[in-house]
Amino acid sequence: MSIRIVESTGLTLLQDSGRFGMSALGVGPSGVFDRRAFQQANLLLGNDENAAVIEHCGGTLKLTATRDHAITITGALGPLAIDAQPIEAGRVVQLAQGSTLTIKPPIVGLRYLVAVAGGFNAELVLGSRSRDTLAHLGPEPLQTGSTLNVGFSTVAAWAGSITPLLPTGEFRLRVVLGPRDDWFTATAIEQLLTTVWEVDPLSGRVGIRLNGPNLERCQTQELLSEGVVRGSIQVTNNGMPIILGPDHPVTGGYPVIGVITDSDTDLLAHVRPGDTISLSRHLL
Amino acid sequence: MKVLPSGDKAVLVEFSEALEARIWAERLVEHLPVTLGATTVLVHAPRSAVQPLLTALSKSSNPHTPAHQGQAHTITVHYDGPDLHRVAGITGMSPDQVITAHTSCRLTVGFAGFAPGFAYLIDGDPRLQVPRLDVPRPHVAAGSVALAGAFSGIYPRESAGGWLIIGRTKEWLWDTERERPARLRPGDTVHFEAI
Repeated sequence: MSIRIVESTGLTLLQDSGRFGMSALGVGPSGVFDRRAFQQANLLLGNDENAAVIEHCGGTLKLTATRDHAITITGALGPLAIDAQPIEAGRVVQLAQGSTLTIKPPIVGLRYLVAVAGGFNAELVLGSRSRDTLAHLGPEPLQTGSTLNVGFSTVAAWAGSITPLLPTGEFRLRVVLGPRDDWFTATAIEQLLTTVWEVDPLSGRVGIRLNGPNLERCQTQELLSEGVVRGSIQVTNNGMPIILGPDHPVTGGYPVIGVITDSDTDLLAHVRPGDTISLSRHLL
Repeated sequence: MKVLPSGDKAVLVEFSEALEARIWAERLVEHLPVTLGATTVLVHAPRSAVQPLLTALSKSSNPHTPAHQGQAHTITVHYDGPDLHRVAGITGMSPDQVITAHTSCRLTVGFAGFAPGFAYLIDGDPRLQVPRLDVPRPHVAAGSVALAGAFSGIYPRESAGGWLIIGRTKEWLWDTERERPARLRPGDTVHFEAI
């Protein structure tokens, strides 16, 4: 009842829905970046909705099974194969004992989710199996040679397939202005909503950095640290916007000019360096 | 109290002072998840759920002290940090005066953040106000006792950091094996003792 990582080049993490209500401990939510792909994977397999999955970002990932397992891959789209035989994403496939699943870098999107019937087992840390890359909490990143135990599955997997949800081309996200939009000039607000922002290579699960014009402040005092959410757009002192991801710290000292609508933050899991993002205003 | 949007699934409620924010956080967390900031409470629910709750709680009697009395901690510190003399220079005190100022107050955990187990300590000596480093250090040792703005803090684990380090402690601050993994929680008090 286990799956072994035969090769991993990239960032391969275990994730579930994350940790909630731990902000008084200084612990953020973490959890899977693309929650819709996570929900799809566990639905396909008949898993518990919070069953842990592998979130893989970057190069090649190869897994072998020590016994037969039903698996599915959602999220990013790219070349997938079992023992050199191509397989489809978004549907349940059998990974037979001794067979090897090979996942090559994606063509569309950035983060693959690999789920197994029964879910991956690992020690719970503060109620979750999610790896928080900022706080260094939860299961260590998976490496070549890591072995993952798999839970029991008693439910039949679904034979259908799901449609990928990824857009191609420019990412268009909705943003609710505030809570600190009044700390910025009118020009900065306009630039936020009209610029085609480019994703900086120094982006990850903590935050997506955006290259474009410097957003100028009209209030320059230091902000007293306040709570932030996944999707908060912090603006650093040199004017660079950073959209916070699932591994964000619980509080931040940079003013938040706006917040990406919650459902649009799943798309951020799939932006790559050099991709473009445009923001449109969403009125509550 | 000022209610500000924080996306479509959270609301930032701003107060005039830290204690008021903490009292409200205690009341709100009975109903909805919250994140306490310096003078704010982020409520993790849409405005349509938060606004009626704020209205209802405002009508009920408003306590002036927190319901939960925090734990009192004494943290022993070696005041030999790399920025002790810099803090002395900025504040116009001698290093010994800085140590005396830091050890003669009982500080309060205002809120948590930055890293697991990291507590922003408030109510310190008002003379100990220092800016952050322009360029944060890539490695700050666990147990470093440091100052930034009007806050004191202790790095629970090794991390990057831009606060001015005045000392170090060997006491535990974060341990996921414990039932209460963060030693310092909002409302707790801390007294630093020089050794």
